[in-house]
Amino acid sequence: MKRPEPVAQVKSRRDSALAALVEAVPYIQFLGIRFDRRGDELTAWLPYSEMLIGNPSLPALHGGVTASFLEVTALIGLAWTSLWDDLESGRIDPARVAAGQLPPLPKTIDFTVDYLRAGLPRDCYARAKVNRSGRRFASVQVEAWQDNHARPFALGSVHCLMPESAQDGGV
Amino acid sequence: MTDILTIARQFIEALPFSRALGMELTELGAGSATITMPWDARLVGDPATGVLHGGAISALMDTASGASVMSHPAAPTSTATLDLRIDYMRPATSGQTITARAECHHVTRSVAFVRVTAFDEDTARPVAMGTGAFTLERPKGALP
Repeated sequence: MKRPEPVAQVKSRRDSALAALVEAVPYIQFLGIRFDRRGDELTAWLPYSEMLIGNPSLPALHGGVTASFLEVTALIGLAWTSLWDDLESGRIDPARVAAGQLPPLPKTIDFTVDYLRAGLPRDCYARAKVNRSGRRFASVQVEAWQDNHARPFALGSVHCLMPESAQDGGV
Repeated sequence: MTDILTIARQFIEALPFSRALGMELTELGAGSATITMPWDARLVGDPATGVLHGGAISALMDTASGASVMSHPAAPTSTATLDLRIDYMRPATSGQTITARAECHHVTRSVAFVRVTAFDEDTARPVAMGTGAFTLERPKGALP
């Protein structure tokens, strides 16, 4: 019987793939968004910085920061779902992914954001839920919160066009 | 000359996130606003093509929309986005400035409705179009 892969090796493969995915996008680095992984579940984390303010008199986060955070979380969440499947099934080589040779990202078709309350000047968290991921189209919901997960401050809904390679079933 | 455009421009450009994205107010009408954002390598979403991230374009469109509400003759004292829906028609061409023009086409006692379009240097084909609803805080004592 095949021995299970050492846990450190599994974690390292998954973490390197996630890091490569996130580090490839300059705008994610510009905003300072990071991703925390537990198994296949991702939580996006946007540490507060003064640059993110849109209303200095309240103060509140810029609506564009909230929109960007939701969209980034949705796209990475969706890309991660397909990358996870490709990695775990061995369809793609983890060494190539870690070296930055990534499959193309899905493209946003449309994006709706509901602002439920003002974003406070503190850290934000978000999680995406892929409701449907087909060969051509995907539908992703995303919620963002600050101190209290039960009180989200923004919700998003994103429709995406999947990359060509995924449509062909190739790598 | 300290006309309204100058005051509004200074206001927009003083918002930390708008300043970080290099936004510049170029036109302000009675319920309309145009804001530009130069291409910047830090705002790229796809490094293979240099196309700007949708989030940066959403931020520009949200800012232009808010400015169009503030410039409405109802003279709101403040506004906040309730919801915004953006359709991305095509990727923005790498290296080109993005211009968002927003129009606050209707206001009620407490809500403003906005349409917004974003272009790169090809002004015949929009990059993205959006519609939004915004809160509208009226000055105290103002008639509805």
